[in-house]
Amino acid sequence: MVNPFPGKWFRSKAMRMNDVDDIQSGPSSSPKIIRRPPVSSSEASSKSLGLQEFTGSKVQNVNNSGERLDLFDELKRRFLSFKKHKYLEELEHFQTLKEAQSPKFMVIACADSRVCPSTILGFRPGEAFMIRNVANLVPPVESGPSETNAALEFAVKTLEVENILIIGHSCCGGIQTLMSMRDNGDSSFIKSWVTNGKIAKLRTEAAANHLNFDQQCRICEKESINHSLLNLLTYPWIKDRVRKGLLFVHGGYYDFLNCTFEKWTLDFKGSSVEERGRSLVRDQELWC
Amino acid sequence: MGSKSYEDAIAALSKLLRKNPDLYGALAKGQSPKFMVFACSDSRVCPSHILDLQPGEAFMVRNIANMVPPYDKTMYSGVGAAIEYAVLHLKVENIVVIGHSCCGGIKGLMSIPDDGTTASDFIEQWVSICAPAKTKVKSEYSGLSFSEQCTNCEKEAVNVSLGNLLTYPFVREAVLKNTLVLKGAHYDFVNGKFDLWNLNFQITPTLAV
Repeated sequence: MVNPFPGKWFRSKAMRMNDVDDIQSGPSSSPKIIRRPPVSSSEASSKSLGLQEFTGSKVQNVNNSGERLDLFDELKRRFLSFKKHKYLEELEHFQTLKEAQSPKFMVIACADSRVCPSTILGFRPGEAFMIRNVANLVPPVESGPSETNAALEFAVKTLEVENILIIGHSCCGGIQTLMSMRDNGDSSFIKSWVTNGKIAKLRTEAAANHLNFDQQCRICEKESINHSLLNLLTYPWIKDRVRKGLLFVHGGYYDFLNCTFEKWTLDFKGSSVEERGRSLVRDQELWC
Repeated sequence: MGSKSYEDAIAALSKLLRKNPDLYGALAKGQSPKFMVFACSDSRVCPSHILDLQPGEAFMVRNIANMVPPYDKTMYSGVGAAIEYAVLHLKVENIVVIGHSCCGGIKGLMSIPDDGTTASDFIEQWVSICAPAKTKVKSEYSGLSFSEQCTNCEKEAVNVSLGNLLTYPFVREAVLKNTLVLKGAHYDFVNGKFDLWNLNFQITPTLAV
């Protein structure tokens, strides 16, 4: 294991500061906030976290720590609102959840801030075990331990989910990096990771060389989902359950340019899902 | 998928577009979230629910027990890729690592026998990233029940992950320049609480002889 502090000149210590105060709520009283002025229920509708500053170009550096405190004050307000309007309203459901989770879905989605599956598909607490990584990639079993396959193992063997859904999306920065990278020896983390999608890139270039770069990226985003779906089947404990009809493997593509969602299911016939190099799919739908 | 879930999905998507069509136009051009969030894959703790995060606000990594491995280009490069993208390309201003109650990954870590024998292909190796948290909890809280030790480990593991974040040179640099802040958090869904804390660090001068 790499020495975390190679120069030994750097010490760090996490100190708990308890920025968010405990809420105490009695059985018949409204929640009280200790040590901070109470959150007014007539406060303006939620501030977005910096979205007013969005220019699409670059983010301003925060030199003013007061501005940063505002961000966390906003998160605090939202948590308290969640507690009041959702958690306490559905207390029985949350009490059940505290015992155990039994989600029917495992979802693999991109870390991109625009594509949270809870938002776009309305997954509620307890419904989807979720992995989010750059470009929603699933490496094959032969590439060794990864955060993704540790989560797969837990979801399939322990939680026994019935569905795995890989969701890709338009304008994916990871896929764009994959499509534009050259083998020039530059060994950034991003390039090492997106190389897991290399076969999808080769397929895209072979089939869509006549299209412009953006169009090729759109195609690669979908090819990469299919490639990751096939990589799922390299795990024996996944393939076995799919073969027995205990587990279904689906792809999903969220196009936020047009706000559409496409989904399909891998069609497992006998021992192979590929016919002449193409994945067999069924139940393909476009929601728009 | 049944027709009920199809209708729900349509309703969710339509609601998204109606809510703020200008926002979606802007987001199509790019993202500039102020937060990077590490959260557990657990189905009960999605930060979009508990913190009402909107599209565009938080670049979000979710893995078992919300762990950050130390800098290592050969192992677990997926996490490194996400941090690199968030800090160098998206230039996020805050990284928050959120642990939670009843974490199966932490319980798994605490349950690994002392002789180190493992029964899984990948899980136990992954959660061992936060073995220092387990060591600390077992020595400092040996009198507590297993369940209480797990709760403490959930929080100590967040601290280990925060420390591991600093092993990434681009994180360290941004923290030193005060363009990036690291915070730890713990969501307790048993009692409906959310703890948030800062990472404090000191730089001591190098001693050259």
